[in-house]
Amino acid sequence: MNFALEASHLPLTGKRLRQEASRDDLVKLGFMAVIGLYLIVALAAPLFVMLSKSLSTYRFALAAFEFQVSDETGANWGPVVSAAELNRELGAVADTELSTNSDGRLAATKFFPEFKFRSPVHYRIRGTTDDAAFLVGSTRETGTAWREYDSGTFRRVVLRPASSLGFENFRTYFSTPALAQSIHNSVLMAAISTVVTISIAFALAYGLTRSCMPLRGLFRGILTIPILVPSLLPGIALVYLFGNQGVFKDWLMGYSIYGPIGIVIGSVFFTLPHAFLIILTALSIADARHYEAAASLKASKWRTFTTVTVPGARYGIVSAAFVVFTLVITDFGLPKVIGGQYGMLAVDIYKQVIGQQNFEMGAVVSVILLVPAVLAFVVDRRMQRRQVALLSARAVPYVPKRNARMDTLCFAFACLASLFILGMIAMCQIAAIVKFWPYDLTLTAKNFAFDLMDGGGWAAYGNSIRLALLTALFGSVIVFAGAYMVEKADGFRFGRSIFHFLAMMPMAVPGMVLGLAYIFFFNNPANPLYPIYGTMTILVVCTVTHFYTVAHLTALTALKQMDPEFESVAASLKQPFHRLFFRVTVPVCLPAILNIAIYLFVNAMTTVSAVVFLYATDTKLASVAVLNMDDAGDIAPAAAMGMMIFYTNVAAKLIHALIARGLLARTQAWR
Amino acid sequence: MNRRVLFLLAGAVSAVLPAIAFAETQLTVYTAIEAVDLDRYKATFEKAHPDIKINWVRDSTGVMTAKLLAEKDNPQADVVWGLAATSLLLLKTEGMLEPYQPKGVEELDKKFVDNDTPPGWVGMDAYVAALCYNTVEGEKLGLKAPTSWEDLTKPEYKGHIVMPNPASSGTGFLNVSGWMQLWGEDKAWAYMDKLHENISAYTHSGSKPCKMAGAGEAVIGVSFEFPGAKAKSAGAPIDIIFPSEGSGWEAEATAIIGGTPNLEAAKTLVDWSVTKEANEMYNVGYAVVAYPGVAKAVEHLPSDISSKMIDNDFEWAANNRTAILKEWQKRYDAKSEPKS
Repeated sequence: MNFALEASHLPLTGKRLRQEASRDDLVKLGFMAVIGLYLIVALAAPLFVMLSKSLSTYRFALAAFEFQVSDETGANWGPVVSAAELNRELGAVADTELSTNSDGRLAATKFFPEFKFRSPVHYRIRGTTDDAAFLVGSTRETGTAWREYDSGTFRRVVLRPASSLGFENFRTYFSTPALAQSIHNSVLMAAISTVVTISIAFALAYGLTRSCMPLRGLFRGILTIPILVPSLLPGIALVYLFGNQGVFKDWLMGYSIYGPIGIVIGSVFFTLPHAFLIILTALSIADARHYEAAASLKASKWRTFTTVTVPGARYGIVSAAFVVFTLVITDFGLPKVIGGQYGMLAVDIYKQVIGQQNFEMGAVVSVILLVPAVLAFVVDRRMQRRQVALLSARAVPYVPKRNARMDTLCFAFACLASLFILGMIAMCQIAAIVKFWPYDLTLTAKNFAFDLMDGGGWAAYGNSIRLALLTALFGSVIVFAGAYMVEKADGFRFGRSIFHFLAMMPMAVPGMVLGLAYIFFFNNPANPLYPIYGTMTILVVCTVTHFYTVAHLTALTALKQMDPEFESVAASLKQPFHRLFFRVTVPVCLPAILNIAIYLFVNAMTTVSAVVFLYATDTKLASVAVLNMDDAGDIAPAAAMGMMIFYTNVAAKLIHALIARGLLARTQAWR
Repeated sequence: MNRRVLFLLAGAVSAVLPAIAFAETQLTVYTAIEAVDLDRYKATFEKAHPDIKINWVRDSTGVMTAKLLAEKDNPQADVVWGLAATSLLLLKTEGMLEPYQPKGVEELDKKFVDNDTPPGWVGMDAYVAALCYNTVEGEKLGLKAPTSWEDLTKPEYKGHIVMPNPASSGTGFLNVSGWMQLWGEDKAWAYMDKLHENISAYTHSGSKPCKMAGAGEAVIGVSFEFPGAKAKSAGAPIDIIFPSEGSGWEAEATAIIGGTPNLEAAKTLVDWSVTKEANEMYNVGYAVVAYPGVAKAVEHLPSDISSKMIDNDFEWAANNRTAILKEWQKRYDAKSEPKS
């Protein structure tokens, strides 16, 4: 996810002229209701269905099965006993073993310790309810009629569980050490990565804003590169750099890259630009008068740093920290590739659903993963509210002074960070064009023959571009219209605040969770929206929703910069709102709209987590292909596809820059 | 509307009509066969039956199984052609398969056909557990190639073996269920306890261990024969070893999804899937096929693989899967801290 677009919001200023509710307002209300409904259908409802799925449990209902056993002749039958009674007598199955998953089976012979499969004894079994089910071998039987089997067949009888509602899944989760361990692992990895990333990002942003080091624009560009690649790619690069056949394997001094080390390094790589851009924004609003005051008070450099620089940027730092924490704990691609045996929550969801078809447990892990993400989000929002405008009208922009030692130091550090980023990308590029690493290093293009591999081939690449374009187009329209309703509509305070809340929610919902929730909600023939399941439409809806928040905030920021007087003037000139909207608002906000579009495009190209459950055979995506090819062990083609995504995003960025320049010349001349 | 448009329309209609008159039946076929084989299988079948068209829906075994189960109440597939028999058994226990006795099924090796009459599924070919051993890395480390499952527990292999996770990979599970059927449950668990000490990673997919061994990321990959042969052709310095105790295996199989509106065409496809011709087609990649006497040796693989296969009880494996995986995860997943 790309949070980098989020700028700090200036508090709303200027007075609003209260108007009579007019036809215009009703139209606006209608639009708002439509977009609000979109968010409910695309976000709130699926999450609710998923929550209820996590409470759907499977348990062997022993009271629902009755048995009868014959004597040696097979003609005289003993008393009817239920499995529950037998279990009470024998204690054959412990209570904890009775709760199971949807695939659970329990051998009927467990209740007959004297059972011998070659004996002439016959057995009868029936359900006491119509839906009590058991299997004879692989044939499913249900119903309350007695069925009789010889002992050879009865050996093959297994009971099937009944489904009900309860917290049993959560109990199972917390009593399975491997699963519960993942909570600890995920939080630990996220915390370590946050500390490391924020330190590096702060140092870089500090160097770029407070020193006179050369090539600042270039470094800025290089440091944002990781946004353009899927998080799987640093994982693949690390395998080639530090894996068992890695170029720099010795640097790890015997430690394995597969596990926490790889996760932290990779996480720093893909979260760095997010943290860097937020802190850069925070640091660049500096008031030179504070520094002058510090200098005239003869404060040391260190004291100035701790009492002026850091406090000024503290909200940016906190915000960046939460963004990094959320990104790492919800990321799925990186730990999937480089995590080895180190369990992480997001990977657990994938394992449960794709590996074991245990949808209920997948839902449980999703609910658990929601907790830290929502917590981080709430705390961050609280902090944001306390931020006050630092930049007053009388502020004097800070201009760094030359300081040879300081400038060299900052320059060296920025070089190091750039080397790290470029090195990872270069490694992937090399891996993508080498024939058979590490044994045959001749160059080849065969790793780009995606059609011969798992994952969907070149069609997947085409699908990704289609998804990215559609997401950018529809996403920009929906998001901007929604933000306009929130910001510029008059009245309906309550409706607007609910809408705003819904728009902020996607930020706290991890992609895996959203994707899984979509399966539960849309893959249900009773749902009127069922036909979009397995189509490109659901991928677009999911991707727009997944990245809604940041785009929404960007649009909001742009709209807040527009004086509300425009509305008042338009109203007093009796102009309908749509004329104002298309003639003034949209052209003025065009740079922001373009930013939203490119943001959605780039993220739709790189996202894996939400769509990994939703793609169908004819809508496979390039980013998912990277995952699947790596999964199958075809790492070089995976790297090749990752590089294709990278180049596409670079091209998109360039086109965006060109369009932006052309349009800005035409529409922003007033600025 | 002017004359020219009308003329064009008439032309278009007459061009479409014959196509409707000879309309083929379209079959939606779910599969997990290799991506490279899709076109070949489709072309060979459609040559034999030009009136039926196959629309492939392909994904890995786990995803395909999940998809079929998710669509249980509203199946989209007509036929499943090329999915693990264990997965098809799972669908069978959910009552999702249409039992059908294909013409000529009696020619097939019994172990490739479902026990019930009429059978729920019929087999195509087998993939057999095998070890991929990287000779270059082995030599560097001064190791000798293992010849048996028992060898893998030797201390010198510590940290050099990768194996698929049975909880997420069908290949992983066929190994575990194979050991249990070979040695009995208790001995198999004792063996896995020792083996676990030597494992450096449990992978998600079944072919990855072999490819990791091929790339030198591991020395020994517990996998199956097919990716081994493929990696070797691509230039990987590996030996494909079939352990002396015997190998677990899985059948790729075919079944009709219950309630399909195209039952006749589906039956035609399943009938064809058991023919000698079809089995010769499977044999291009797979060394063991269901039709006896058809199989010719596949490059890089020994010709007597079928003699290494254990007597696999699919039903036992399917009905004990949940319990085995629960125990497996309890024993080995908990130790999820990485080993350095």
